[in-house]
Amino acid sequence: MRKTPLNAWHREAGARMVDFGGWEMPLHYGSQVEEHHAVRRDAGVFDVSHMRVVDLRGSEARAFLRRALANDVARLAAPGKALYSCMLDQHGGVLDDLIAYFFREDFFRLVVNASTADKDLAWLRSLRERWGSDVQVESRDDLALVAIQGPRARERFWQAMPELRAATEPLAPFSAALVADVMVARTGYTGEDGFEVALPATRAAALWKALVAAGARPCGLGARDTLRLEAGMNLYGQDMDENVTPLDAGLAWTVDLASARDFLGKEALLAQGQRRELLGLVLLEAGGVLRAHQEVLADGRRVGEITSGTYSPTLARSIALARLERGIAPGATVQVDVRGKRLAARVSKPSFVRRGQSLIPTEEAP
Amino acid sequence: MKLPHDLRYTESHEWARRESDGSVSIGITDHAQEQLGDIVFVEAPLPGRKVKAGEAVGVVESVKAASDIYAPLSGEIVAANLELASAPEKVNQDAFAAWMYRIKPDDPAAVDRLLDAAAYEKSASA
Repeated sequence: MRKTPLNAWHREAGARMVDFGGWEMPLHYGSQVEEHHAVRRDAGVFDVSHMRVVDLRGSEARAFLRRALANDVARLAAPGKALYSCMLDQHGGVLDDLIAYFFREDFFRLVVNASTADKDLAWLRSLRERWGSDVQVESRDDLALVAIQGPRARERFWQAMPELRAATEPLAPFSAALVADVMVARTGYTGEDGFEVALPATRAAALWKALVAAGARPCGLGARDTLRLEAGMNLYGQDMDENVTPLDAGLAWTVDLASARDFLGKEALLAQGQRRELLGLVLLEAGGVLRAHQEVLADGRRVGEITSGTYSPTLARSIALARLERGIAPGATVQVDVRGKRLAARVSKPSFVRRGQSLIPTEEAP
Repeated sequence: MKLPHDLRYTESHEWARRESDGSVSIGITDHAQEQLGDIVFVEAPLPGRKVKAGEAVGVVESVKAASDIYAPLSGEIVAANLELASAPEKVNQDAFAAWMYRIKPDDPAAVDRLLDAAAYEKSASA
């Protein structure tokens, strides 16, 4: 199994380690729920070094990404700006979802998922060959990634790394600063404020220890999953994959179909249109926990299935993302088959918690 | 591994304790709760139900996953711990105090044939 530069630290801290796409990663350090609350209330720190940084260098970096990605990097005007996008195949299927950063006309950076990184690299390199673009695709295996998230995350980061405060304090959401070989981005996967930091692997342990000393609680992938689900953020491989288009994965807002720009997968998306919705579900009664692949029914008829489900520590009830027939809208009541029992759930927008606050209607709050 | 020596165990990670009234309390082991992580839902069988040894009679769900609870003995369910419905985290706090249900066994001697602590420890670490 592959190990991040922080593997020894996790083990010494007593983390429960699991295989996550071939990487040995911490699931939790004792209580996943307490780690979750730490991020909603204060600050938590995550080792996400299994994710891959891919640098694109060359005079045609922007033109290349405008063809390769479903969202339009032309929107990245100021250096440091970031953009969430899907990368599609010719059938409109999602190869990966990623964040693209613009630093210079000849230097863009992508941060991609761990399980898809090797596939993404091969794909990007094949496109470069096919299009003959002046762009080099470099996998930055020398970098580690650490996320610090929560209402007090930035404050704790500056306490740990005072020398980076001046460069990172002015950062607006979805933008990044490159300070020598350290990238600090005001992005995340939790629905809270915070930073994601890419830095040389050799310095990851020092950053990690400084953040923990500054009061950030170490959090595992377990809390990362409940936090992202509460925030209504898709997980690649679970809420979408190559067999699903971004339009059917609730990501139409990231796809630019309006402009004349051509990109891989556009033709297929225009031909197919949107066929399904990705919406939220809030379980209305006791009786279990919503889980991936459970059937969703309306008036006794199957209308879709759950793609991700969990117990929400913030709302103290079960929530899920579900792929449903078009026409089913937030506010509707559906049934979910939970281990043979049909339990009532309310359809909602796929976002349950933001910045520590519940977004579900108050009459459904516990 | 936290493992009281006065209890009996199953390979499916239940513990069993004989009570003074002849019923047997059933819960899940500390090892089981540790594997499951934060427990958020417990569904125990209802009193009056007749069950067979090895039958799935309830469910424990953690944030991570759902797991069946099995009946270690044949008999009749005589009590369910309703406190766990509103406070499932008690299973994480003290698994051997958080009994889930009580069963009146058809064969009172059957409980002695379940695993002892040493045998369970061997089975759980295999």
